[in-house]
Amino acid sequence: MMDLLEPIVLLVDDEAPFVETMTKRLTKRKLGVLQALGGEEALQVLKEDDRVDVVILDVKMPGMDGIETLKEIRKEHPLVEVIMLTGHATVETSIEGMRLGAFDYLMKPCDMDVLMEKVNTATKKKRDHEEKIREARVSAILKART
Amino acid sequence: MLRKELLQQPYYRSLTLNMTVTIIVVSFIPVFLVGSTIYYNFYASYREKVYAHLEELVEKHRQQIDDFLVDKLADIRFMARNLGYRNLSNEAFLQTTLASLQRNYNHVFVDLGVVNGDGQQVAYAGPFKLAEADYADTDWFQQAMKKDYVISDVFLGLRRLPHFIVAVKNTFGGQPWILRATIDFVIFNDLVENIRVGETGFAFILNRSGEFQTTPLVNFVPRKGCYGHFFDCSKALDDRVTIMEQEDDGKKYIYVTALLKDKNWLLVYRQESADAFSHLRRAQIISIAIFIVGGVSILMMAFMLSLRQVERIKEADRAKELMNQQVIETGKLASIGELAAGIAHEINNPVAIMVEEAGWIQDLLEEEEFSPSANLEEFERALKQINTQGKRCKEITHKLLSFARKTDSRLQNFAINDLIEEVIGLSQQRAKYAKVTITPQLADNLPALQASPSEMQQVFLNLINNAVDAMDKEGGELKVTTGHRGEHLVVEVRDTGPGIPPANLDRIFDPFYTTKPVGKGTGLGLSICYGIIKKMGGDISVRSVMDEGTTFTIELPIGTTGAANMNDA
Repeated sequence: MMDLLEPIVLLVDDEAPFVETMTKRLTKRKLGVLQALGGEEALQVLKEDDRVDVVILDVKMPGMDGIETLKEIRKEHPLVEVIMLTGHATVETSIEGMRLGAFDYLMKPCDMDVLMEKVNTATKKKRDHEEKIREARVSAILKART
Repeated sequence: MLRKELLQQPYYRSLTLNMTVTIIVVSFIPVFLVGSTIYYNFYASYREKVYAHLEELVEKHRQQIDDFLVDKLADIRFMARNLGYRNLSNEAFLQTTLASLQRNYNHVFVDLGVVNGDGQQVAYAGPFKLAEADYADTDWFQQAMKKDYVISDVFLGLRRLPHFIVAVKNTFGGQPWILRATIDFVIFNDLVENIRVGETGFAFILNRSGEFQTTPLVNFVPRKGCYGHFFDCSKALDDRVTIMEQEDDGKKYIYVTALLKDKNWLLVYRQESADAFSHLRRAQIISIAIFIVGGVSILMMAFMLSLRQVERIKEADRAKELMNQQVIETGKLASIGELAAGIAHEINNPVAIMVEEAGWIQDLLEEEEFSPSANLEEFERALKQINTQGKRCKEITHKLLSFARKTDSRLQNFAINDLIEEVIGLSQQRAKYAKVTITPQLADNLPALQASPSEMQQVFLNLINNAVDAMDKEGGELKVTTGHRGEHLVVEVRDTGPGIPPANLDRIFDPFYTTKPVGKGTGLGLSICYGIIKKMGGDISVRSVMDEGTTFTIELPIGTTGAANMNDA
């Protein structure tokens, strides 16, 4: 059972060995890791499991690519933060990604410490956001009762 | 030298020939047509003019001679009628009359004689001893007796000198008598001899038998017969002046003829055609000279012009060929670039997995159970190395991708000198360790450059780093010069390194081409520079002399918005 205090990430990449190794490394760093080998699968996972804090999303994938997946995530799960991970960080795709609301951009192979730092920041942002929403809802209920 | 080469190539030789022939034909045909039309018209009108002039001349003289003869006949007739036989048969009176005639008529009359109806001269006044001469058998006497008057042909007569006689018949006491006068042949001859035109034009008079009645200027024998065959005497002759050209002794002559003295004499004017048409001939010679000079000029001009045009065509062909080569080269570079981008992307994923796997091993080694392992340190070193090399792979693929995709290519106006100084500053430390002195020689007042500063930085950093690397072993000097040439900024990076072998010079801008030891260079630096400069519409070239050094020259087009000394880079 995953510890709810640790960030829960969804790793999306079409390279299964990469996903496997990253899962092991992130798990070792006490992260909850879910896997998806493509955009469609990632959306499915998100639909089934609403605990995901951060999606680590590969840009170039067969079928639904990273940018399309990002658009869908923003639409369906606006609170989930997305870190784009790519083989080549081009100016155009990074601008496009940031415009669509990606939290950050990282280039493969990435430094584990940098990745951890970004995941933690993204998780904090997401949870703060959730907290604010919850507080707003509570105060709305309280307000309604009084 | 170039022209000689040009004519040795069949294509350019036939092109030159075609152009030359076309120019000659196009130039010559109108000149020839216009020239011949003008010449033909000029020739026809000049000939007409000459003929008209000669006809007029002969007509005038015919009149003059006829008038002269008629005058003299009238004088004699007047004397015979007025003075009468009685007076005139007195020799003393006749002498006085002759003296008076000679005074009034300037010695035209040589002598006078009164002849009775039997042909006996009854009185004579004159220089010859002709008193009592008998003229009964002479032509003139017989004609005078028939016609009442006569103007004889020129003959020698009793005095053995050429002369002719004017005689009129009268009657006295029922008996005919004749007053005759001899006309001075010299004076008469002068009348005809005075007709002179040009160098060869002269006139003479022939009688019906074709005998000379005046002395011709040159020794000339007319054919025998009726008027020396100037006319066919079987036909009726008219009074008109007739003109004809005929050949005598291989020369062409113009003959102008007119009948005189009741159609008994023929005034003939003869002139060599060449003389009569000498002006025409002169015009002909001048025209031919102009035509020859013009023709030679046209020929030379046609040849030179064709040669020059073909030279230009060849130059254009060469430029085209060069451009084609460049297009092929650019295409090759582009396809290599695309290929490189593909490879870079494909390689990046496995490298990422390898690095992650190494990271995972490193993570595992941190577990306590591995800490007593004797080779732990060695494992860690090897993993670190895998990480480092993985990052290097990342850098290479990043460079490759930026070569193919040209990242951050936004244009800005900036001063090239500032950018170069900045790049030199970046390389200064490296250069110091390589014992290389970098000397900037930057021109003042350069216009601003419109380009991507980061791309430009990449270009100059590459060139300077390459130069420093080239001089790494023995040190040297690196000169970076900026200047301005026409619409271009020119930057030269000159090192005193070992130089590039000529065989390698053609390939140094190809991607992946490197002479550096394995692991030291990717072979992408110069091809990236080449791509950036070409994209800007500039040019990069290299000159290298072994053991002396290498010079890279970059020409950059100045942006339209460029202003002097902008420093907003």
